Amino acid sequence: MNESQPLERMSQLPLAGIRVMDMTVVWAGTFTTMMLADMGAEVIRVENNMFAPYGTRGIMVRPSDSLLETRGMATAGYPDRKAGGRPFNRAAMFNVHARNKLSMTVDYMQPKGLDVLKRLVAISDVFVENNAYGTVDKLGLGYQDLSQVKPDIIMISMPGFGCSGPHASRIALGRHLECIAGHTLLRGYPDADPTWTTEVYHCDAAAGAMGAFAVMAALLYRQRTGKGQFIDLAQIETVIPQLGEAIMDYTMNGRVQGPMGNRHPTAAPCGLYPCKGENRWIAITVFTDEEWQGLCRAMGNPSWTNEGKFSDGLNRVNNQDELDGHIAEWTRQHVDYELMRLLQGYRVPAGPVMDERDCYSDPHIRDRSFFEEVTHVDCGTHLYPGVLWKMSGTPGSIRLPPCRLGEHNEYVYKELLGISDLEYAELEHEGHIGMDYHPSITVHGRANVE
Amino acid sequence: MTGQALSDIKVLDLTWCISGPCCTKLLANYGAEVTKIERPGTGDPARRIGPFPNDEPDIEKSGLFLHLNTSKRGVTLNLKTDTGRGILRQIAARSDVLVESFSPRVMPSLGLGYESLAEANPGLVMVSISNFGQTGPYRDFKLSELVLNAMGSCMKMVGQPEREPLKLGGNILQYQAGAIAATATLTALFGSRLKGTGQHIDVSLLETCLGSIDRRAPYLLAHQYVGQGETTERMGGGRGGIMSGCPEGVYPCADGYFDVAGGVAWWPRNFALLGSPPELADPKFGTPDGQMDTQCQEAIFSVLYPWAMSRTKQQVWEDAREARAALAPLYTTEDLVKDSHFEERGFFVDIDHPRAGRLKYPGAPFRPSVTPWQASSPAPLLGQHNQEVYGSLGYSYGDLTKLAKAGVL
Repeated sequence: MNESQPLERMSQLPLAGIRVMDMTVVWAGTFTTMMLADMGAEVIRVENNMFAPYGTRGIMVRPSDSLLETRGMATAGYPDRKAGGRPFNRAAMFNVHARNKLSMTVDYMQPKGLDVLKRLVAISDVFVENNAYGTVDKLGLGYQDLSQVKPDIIMISMPGFGCSGPHASRIALGRHLECIAGHTLLRGYPDADPTWTTEVYHCDAAAGAMGAFAVMAALLYRQRTGKGQFIDLAQIETVIPQLGEAIMDYTMNGRVQGPMGNRHPTAAPCGLYPCKGENRWIAITVFTDEEWQGLCRAMGNPSWTNEGKFSDGLNRVNNQDELDGHIAEWTRQHVDYELMRLLQGYRVPAGPVMDERDCYSDPHIRDRSFFEEVTHVDCGTHLYPGVLWKMSGTPGSIRLPPCRLGEHNEYVYKELLGISDLEYAELEHEGHIGMDYHPSITVHGRANVE
Repeated sequence: MTGQALSDIKVLDLTWCISGPCCTKLLANYGAEVTKIERPGTGDPARRIGPFPNDEPDIEKSGLFLHLNTSKRGVTLNLKTDTGRGILRQIAARSDVLVESFSPRVMPSLGLGYESLAEANPGLVMVSISNFGQTGPYRDFKLSELVLNAMGSCMKMVGQPEREPLKLGGNILQYQAGAIAATATLTALFGSRLKGTGQHIDVSLLETCLGSIDRRAPYLLAHQYVGQGETTERMGGGRGGIMSGCPEGVYPCADGYFDVAGGVAWWPRNFALLGSPPELADPKFGTPDGQMDTQCQEAIFSVLYPWAMSRTKQQVWEDAREARAALAPLYTTEDLVKDSHFEERGFFVDIDHPRAGRLKYPGAPFRPSVTPWQASSPAPLLGQHNQEVYGSLGYSYGDLTKLAKAGVL
């Protein structure tokens, strides 16, 4: 045995050799496959020149430059706010998760395309998808179809409401699942109408993480037994357990909790306080008497802190409007980052509300090299948010830039599937293989072909 | 249970509060044998965090603790004693995974750092979950859910422009960090099973948020792409939110509220939802400009509000099913628990606990067809499995009594 072998094997990423067929859209499923790709799996995005899924490679497939000039960063997250020749390779909302993944194109709505996909299934370990419930079955890519081709395949379907039950066929975005989970009514200002609620997409993150965990659990089981299986993941059922306190309060006490804003049921002060500068805030939470003493010392022990109404935790909770007023008077005179350092020095949990610029300049985040520099053919060189955890033996990294549409067709068709040059040219001619969507697709959906 | 995905995996659990226990709960509910170590006398601090039945604090009845610790064995052990640390090393030597959530200096200062534990057990996967990670200038900083929202999430986008930014509900980001940590654990374990070498995983709560595809990571990249230092701003309610359209966001109806997605992509379905009214039939309503035009929006609202106020949230949701619109009512926790979908799927499960009684808990976050989720036992009472766990290490009943007297258990 070669002496260097163990070291080499050690440095190999844990999922090296695992092939994942990826038919994910938007965010939840794409987050799942991002983590698998970061850990070394060969993730192949199965895309289609003749069909662009909703909200995946950008809110629209081909937005105009003038649209991008007027829209917020959500829609207009393109290099220099320009759509470019192939905007679907330039959208931040896609490129953020597409690193370390490969992209192939095939029109799987055609029999020949479906056949290509089944050949890929036969050499894959995992199939991940989060399309609307029933979509893959209709395409002939349900678990029954797949397991005939590859008996030990692990397949995970991640629709919003799962693969059974009365809501299974409903249309929902991540934010709608949070409405049903009760999250939306738990997170507003206590004194404001719910129509003022800003949408959030935490459910995509929750479902994405659970999807990756589910695939890993199934891979470990297959490693032990040789058996694959199907996994039904309802995105909403991944976020409900994360609201455990509210659920248990209801099942224990019949109590329906309402929004608390930034406050905490038993800790006070707990809130955001204005700082020097425009729209600058410091978050402070005091759980214990020691932390309260620390806060008092940080403020220079002003006399109001000795008042009986702030003497213990319960009093501080009961009088927190007044308490917040006093603290805000102090914080207004200071810079948020300075307050964080001062308060943390006194062992008080505190930190600034960080915008994107703050994150990139933050000394701690920089020290841990969280962001990684990536050069992308259609986008140029930028810093990207990196891998979500650090491993001592096999650290993950951004090894490959975000995959461009169809970028790895040659590799997948020729090297993996053994398709001849002649057949490849034929498939290209028939519209399966390419690096652009059909010109008739501008927003999303199926190409308009005569 | 041998038929579960992780039933051959032994986990030593030194975690407390939310993130760590959430990570080990996932491992336990999918079959791993999780042994949770708690401090003698007081136990996991989550035991003193509510909700409690009738709001009466009791370390055996915390709803948070009960929820996060199903299917685990619980023992007490004082790591500040030499004997306690010796016992811990014994368990670590027999474990596949060790998860801990102390602040970064604690394990090394107890002589229980990764290198030292891996010497006896090279295949060990050790997972350290901390506020800011094991290294870096903030590594000793304290954190709360609010501070994590402030630094890690895109809080500056959420809320009304003239008011303070808003956090997400409850302790959701700490749960999420636990889910990420559990995924990291299994990837390392997969590698360890293949190669026989474990490793140390450093999970920073802050980084689990920054890298999260909920919007934080996408906007961090968008900021780089767009350039010129542009940052996100508070968006208030819908109307001009991410979908940039109309109707878009939360609207009132007869008995509550609903949220509908708007914009060009959804307009044809939203038009159908409103009953295809002729006054909104002009194609301009479906264009990017029309969707954002104030006059067009007023015309849409003049149809939408009367339509919505004459319907309950359930009726609105049924109409949306017909029209294939992306819409949902705003549920309370009560609406959720009583909803027939979750009943039919058996999502909420009843679990008996010797002190807290029979209660409904959230169930499986995903359903593998062969290797199911199970809450095989309720959360442990403090020290409930001392005899079972320490007995299997060779300690007699008499030994345990002595160790308890010496303050080790």
